[in-house]
Amino acid sequence: MTAMKLVRRKFDTLVIGAGGGGLRSAMQLAQADANVAVVSKVFPTRSHTVAAQGGMNAALANVVPDNWHWHMYDTVKGSDYLGDQDAIEYMCRAASHLVVELEHAGVPFSRLDNGKIYQRPFGGQSQDFGGAQAARTCAAADRTGHAILHSLYQQNIRAKTHFFDEYFAIDLVKDSDGYILGAVVLEIETGEPLLIEAKTTLLATGGVGQLFRTNTNAHINTGDGIAMALRAGIPVQDMEFFQFHPTGIAGKGMLITEGVRGEGGYLVNKDGERFMERYAPHAKDLASRDVVSRAIAIEVREGRGCGPNADHVMLKLEHLGAEVIKKRLPGIRDMAMTFIGVDPIEEPIPVFPTAHYTMGGIPTNRYGQVVVPLGEGAEEPIPGLYAVGECACVSVHGANRLGGNSLLDIVVFGRAAGNHIIEHLAEHRYHRQLDEGSIDQALARLARWEQSGDGESVDELRQELQRVMEEDCGVFRTEETLVQGVARVEALAERLQNVRLKDQSKVFNTARIEAFELENLMALGLATVKSALARKESRGAHSRVDYPDRDDERWMKHSLYYEDGRVDYKPVRTKPLTVDTFPPKARVY
Amino acid sequence: MRFLIYRYNPDDGQSPRMQEYRLAGFDSGDKLLDALLRIKAELDPTLSFRRSCGEGVCGSDSLNINGRNGLACITPLSELGETVEIRPLPGRPVIRDLVVDMEQFFHQYRAIKPWLTVHDPEPETEYLQTPEQRDQLDGLYECILCGCCSTACPSFWWNPDKFRGPAALLQAWRFLADSRDQATGDRLAELEGPYHLFRCHTIMNCVDVCPKGLNPIKAIGNIKKLMLKHHV
Repeated sequence: MTAMKLVRRKFDTLVIGAGGGGLRSAMQLAQADANVAVVSKVFPTRSHTVAAQGGMNAALANVVPDNWHWHMYDTVKGSDYLGDQDAIEYMCRAASHLVVELEHAGVPFSRLDNGKIYQRPFGGQSQDFGGAQAARTCAAADRTGHAILHSLYQQNIRAKTHFFDEYFAIDLVKDSDGYILGAVVLEIETGEPLLIEAKTTLLATGGVGQLFRTNTNAHINTGDGIAMALRAGIPVQDMEFFQFHPTGIAGKGMLITEGVRGEGGYLVNKDGERFMERYAPHAKDLASRDVVSRAIAIEVREGRGCGPNADHVMLKLEHLGAEVIKKRLPGIRDMAMTFIGVDPIEEPIPVFPTAHYTMGGIPTNRYGQVVVPLGEGAEEPIPGLYAVGECACVSVHGANRLGGNSLLDIVVFGRAAGNHIIEHLAEHRYHRQLDEGSIDQALARLARWEQSGDGESVDELRQELQRVMEEDCGVFRTEETLVQGVARVEALAERLQNVRLKDQSKVFNTARIEAFELENLMALGLATVKSALARKESRGAHSRVDYPDRDDERWMKHSLYYEDGRVDYKPVRTKPLTVDTFPPKARVY
Repeated sequence: MRFLIYRYNPDDGQSPRMQEYRLAGFDSGDKLLDALLRIKAELDPTLSFRRSCGEGVCGSDSLNINGRNGLACITPLSELGETVEIRPLPGRPVIRDLVVDMEQFFHQYRAIKPWLTVHDPEPETEYLQTPEQRDQLDGLYECILCGCCSTACPSFWWNPDKFRGPAALLQAWRFLADSRDQATGDRLAELEGPYHLFRCHTIMNCVDVCPKGLNPIKAIGNIKKLMLKHHV
């Protein structure tokens, strides 16, 4: 296959990924009459946004007094002071407007008696900069992601967005001047590659939860966009910060929303003790996720776990009563009954911290532009490339994301990127000429999996990678486990060279897609474990037993991991847009 | 356990056939998706099927399981007996193995204009909706577009190009039932005629198979009642 023979399509903008971030951007663009293509490896409503449960934060103050500045404070504190305060201010200020916009777009939010949007308390939320618990999370029962994703898809149908459903992105197209000019994608149904040329390309491909054996994520969350950026020479930021959600169903991984604790549920150990009171006397079960996850891990490690193997704790919500559970938490009740035969109206749910969210990702500014440091100087945008949502690192989540801030992140920055792209398109009317060498990398990647013969299997290697990541790079980390982790992932990456596909057929070959996904996982496994080894402090979700304290003097900086294994750093943007900086202080809940 | 699985790959020149796989060592809580993933990993990497969330919320892995449509990821193996027959969703063109072409299904979904339509100027805040008005959307908005219902419907098998089918009609009612929506007249007009709505003969297969426990027949009945009200 040569570049000349490749089938080509041209659009103003190519959006890769059809979750909430991609669809929010696409909606903005299509409504502005840009010619926009959305490429997704699954039908859009199968994207992982659909699984988000508890809700989306915005200081609407529908239930208790609230304002965006308090939300900003909570987010900065939740990030363990690694979040960029300009982006956080932007997000928290935009939140209320964007929730209203979603409601106007049709999202069936739950309602209060006065007809306004229902809001529930979530972890890490406070009024008045650390005071009483806030209720900031706008919810559609416990199916908020589903409600938002479907509404955004519907608005895109209305706006006539061009969808390429079930196309898998292979690699970005980058010319010799460093411009991103689109991507080479693979039509899964036919197995044929396609070159999509675009003046701007937006990555919205989600996180990489499949790095870990037990995770809350969809099978499709393999970090494809983050790995594509890495292969295009872009460093990935803060990959050592991976969120473990406190309440995955023990041993299974399905998510049980923080909304359960927001509605009044709480955690107990084998003695029936409400142990969060010891770890977070003020916020208790609604402390930040990193805090609650560590508490559960400690309870289990110290022998206070529940069950025959003492390997989990219990999430109690029977006391909420059947009516509240059926009305506000119907989805997780279904989930518990389906997967472990437990009706939470009658008995508690066994839970354990479970890999959930990629705080790190492709470095961007608050317009969604992908930015990289040039030499010793300040960072500059990569022309033509944007990223939003879980695959991006703005960074509004820093070292630990607050519950309810990810649905917010995707719509705020999806819209911001859309708006910036519209401006860019007004100034750049024509496609740049594409030099033929710029798609060589993508073609080589396709050709690599055409090698046949005997070799290792994709599935075996993926399972080993997931096990290694869980063992060596989990909730608690040490120099020893991380050194071992780097060696073990490097050995697996070496073995990846010997993997061969037994199935060389073209039509809907899911084995081929899984091979591409494994390459992406492997690259990001290395990025994660190497960035984690380099960071010698504990901050947010990155918890080093051998360096138990946060070290602002040496480590209040973002890490940047390059494909060649080098780890570099850049400063945190501590200056907000209009208000005063929240300086780092001890983080207690 | 013994799995009989429908196989077809247009690349290999063979006719569609049922292929047998035998696999043991399941945990008591395992679902059919666990078995399919193990068959693909341990026995036959060429078996193709769709999957994403693995927990019954994305609608990817709808299949015909022992003659009945359902989602593989929430169907317990323990309920399926010693031999399980797995086929693609009925009535849809097969692309490969268990993967079918759902375009007609999505076409019918798009045809009912599944988006909130409001003609009044937008207020600065949310549209107000009482909890009781919002309750009207329960049992409707939860649809995951898995297609189990429409592909179990004989009327949809017969007229997939003209009959909207239970999934699309459930969504039509979801917007008609929404106190915020102002396109009632247009929505009802679109459903007039012998096919779009009235090919439903209350066979009830849709209600029987819906993995989310939704009731398209009730929604269709409500549309008919509203139509009548609009006519008198």
